[in-house]
Amino acid sequence: MSFGLPENVATFGEDVDALFYLILVITGIAFFAVQITLVWFVIRYRHREGQPARYTHGSNRIEVIWTIVPALILVVIALMSQKAWAHVRLDFPKDPYVVQLEPAQFQWDIRYPGLDGKFGNDDDYMTVNKLRVPFGRPIVVEMTSKDVLHSFFLPEFRVKQDVLPGMTTKVWFEPVRTGKWEIVCAELCGLGHYRMRGEIHVLPEAEFEKWREDKEAGPPLPKRTPK
Amino acid sequence: MTTEAHAAHAETHGGHHHEMGFIRKYIFSQDHKIIGIQFMLMSLVFILLGGGLALALRWQLAWPGGEYGPEYAKPVPILGKLLWSNTGGSMPKEAFPMFTTMHGTIMIFFVIIPLLVGAFGNFTVPLMIGAKDMAFPLLNMLSFWFALPAGIIMLLSFFQEGGAAAAGWTAYPTLSGPATWRGEPTGLSGGGQSYWLVSLIILGTSSIMGAINYLTTIINMRAPGMGFFRMPLTVWSIFITSILVLFATPVLASALGMLLFDRVGGTSFFLAGPKFPGASGQPLLWQHLFWFYSHPAVYIMILPAMGVVSDVLSTFSRKPIFGYKSMVFAIAGIAGLGYIVWGHHMFQSGMNPLLGTTFMVSTVLIAVPSAIKTFNWLGTLWGGSLHLTTPMLNALAFVSMFTIGGLSGVFMASTTFDIFIHDTYFIVAHLHYVLFGGSLFGIFAGIYYWYPKMFGRMMSERLGKLHFWLTFISYNLVFFPMHIIGLGGHPRRVSSIMEYDLFKPLQHWNVFMTYAALVLGAVQLIFAWNFIASWFLGKKADRNPWHGNTLEWTTPSPAPHGNFEVTPIVHRGPYEYHAPGSGRDGINPQTEPGKGAALAAH
Repeated sequence: MSFGLPENVATFGEDVDALFYLILVITGIAFFAVQITLVWFVIRYRHREGQPARYTHGSNRIEVIWTIVPALILVVIALMSQKAWAHVRLDFPKDPYVVQLEPAQFQWDIRYPGLDGKFGNDDDYMTVNKLRVPFGRPIVVEMTSKDVLHSFFLPEFRVKQDVLPGMTTKVWFEPVRTGKWEIVCAELCGLGHYRMRGEIHVLPEAEFEKWREDKEAGPPLPKRTPK
Repeated sequence: MTTEAHAAHAETHGGHHHEMGFIRKYIFSQDHKIIGIQFMLMSLVFILLGGGLALALRWQLAWPGGEYGPEYAKPVPILGKLLWSNTGGSMPKEAFPMFTTMHGTIMIFFVIIPLLVGAFGNFTVPLMIGAKDMAFPLLNMLSFWFALPAGIIMLLSFFQEGGAAAAGWTAYPTLSGPATWRGEPTGLSGGGQSYWLVSLIILGTSSIMGAINYLTTIINMRAPGMGFFRMPLTVWSIFITSILVLFATPVLASALGMLLFDRVGGTSFFLAGPKFPGASGQPLLWQHLFWFYSHPAVYIMILPAMGVVSDVLSTFSRKPIFGYKSMVFAIAGIAGLGYIVWGHHMFQSGMNPLLGTTFMVSTVLIAVPSAIKTFNWLGTLWGGSLHLTTPMLNALAFVSMFTIGGLSGVFMASTTFDIFIHDTYFIVAHLHYVLFGGSLFGIFAGIYYWYPKMFGRMMSERLGKLHFWLTFISYNLVFFPMHIIGLGGHPRRVSSIMEYDLFKPLQHWNVFMTYAALVLGAVQLIFAWNFIASWFLGKKADRNPWHGNTLEWTTPSPAPHGNFEVTPIVHRGPYEYHAPGSGRDGINPQTEPGKGAALAAH
């Protein structure tokens, strides 16, 4: 049996998960309150001969109460979501490690900057389906699609971002430890969508640097796809 | 039944007494009741197809193929032999997107919407407001005869080269884009996608015809005394749904037209990227236009069911609806807010995150009128005298299941947590709790409730209750675990999660849900038998088998052409059960004059 959210390995993951547990508690209370009341009324007020129904059209006071109370609770949920949302989507870190993602049906093409840290020149290098990043720095992923919509989903990092042709989207995250996890394509991208699987490897800095030096000594890249 | 001073208004329908031939009467009929039944029969045929596709999908999810181990290889029954003998009878994974696409498309556009709006709307509106027929009978006939060809075109798309549409029921470009661009093949969707677009444009036209008709009929043709606030909530819900249809569908039709031009006309409204050199369109534009229709469409698919359930709950609780006016305002509130929440489908789409905040706020607010409705339904039961008939059981299930669907929506309204559950099985669970647990139980309630008025016979209560309980239990066993695997990250529209190490531990749920789905599918045969056999063998129904107050119960069962022997005069609201002076079992028909203190109540 397998329950619950996957483990969390991103620095902001706890904020995301906290919202889940908050909403779970609030909706859980509402769920039990409504279902128990419903079952209780069905048993309690089942038709009995000679017992007429109560003739009432309701009460304005109670309508006002059950309008305002849910509205307040919901607005609080929205405000709390907004705080985490702004952090995840708007607070882009200074001095991140940047990679570019150029997915196509049905693979993840990943572009890394050369030693100059800039994209679009001859020292860029690429990998397919294996995203390697150094541990200890925030990561920014800039993405644009070569063909149809895809979605970059890292379940353990609580990251999901659609990738579109003709425009660039970006996300950031910071791993809390080294390790290997899966990249899932979460947007239907064609008949082979189910097998569009990639991996993210978060490497210790020294190991990442060594891999990068080996890679840079390798053959140069094909030219960048024109936008 | 005398009509006192208003006798002058009472007309008999002498002009309608000439006999019509079979074709005019049952095929190209202009009678709203026949057209309603036509819509219902069409949708019930389509539900078999949509359900069959769902079972094939479930089979594939449970047993995705021998490459993952011998226990994952099981040929699909029937279809495997017919279609996929070269893969040993299991569904090719490439067929899966087509099946999900067509399952969603058929269930939404050819089952739920035509059943609620086409069938219930047509059948009930004139009867419940005391009109002879719809305002535009010819237009009404055309709306059905646009819907049926649309359905046939949708079915023909299966036989196109490359098969039917496979880009999801949402048809996001550029996946739904043209197969060739400036002479170069793109490897994208084949002709089936164009058929899909043409079919939905025709169906949209049918919807608009219907909406105009309902609005005109409700505004102009209410019987004397039938004020707006004496209308049953079923009529209110169809009225407000028609406004949604009228203003949202043209946007969808435009988007469908633009995408069709992109596919066959060389335009690039929605195309961009290296695959389409020279194109400077915007794939996100489609999502905005599509969801501007399709989110209100979610309410088109639930509001009429809410109306039906309200009527059924009141009748079988023998009690007025609790908070009638706030129920009306809640329907209007849902419809109004429904226009400004579409962006919550696009939180992760690349839309500006600040817009995400705006849509989150409007989305959580729409939970408020939904909560009001739920509380008022509970208030209606409170102190009632509940008759647990088959329609009542289905209506109670609606309240219970819609509550789950509504609450799970809050998780996704939160932009932040939506990052994780967007496009996972959590949304699949949510939408099925609303559309099956909600709409479909509402539809079952409505069919059992009005069947006697449609066909003059009762459906079997014993089979009805058996069908209800088996459906209710197996339904929850299929769909509740989807919340759990969704929280595990299980993506939707993926034919085999065995590709991913993370999701392999969830696979046993897929097997479990598939067994439950097979039971759920099988027990619908009880309903089919009950529906068909009762037509011939059911107990004869009298005018008012459920002791209802509303106008349709004053006519013979089945109601004749022209509906009413005399134009009814309405004296009170629809739900005045057990008002002082009411009849046996609290009955207090809208048409009976001078009875009960309730005259002043509305």
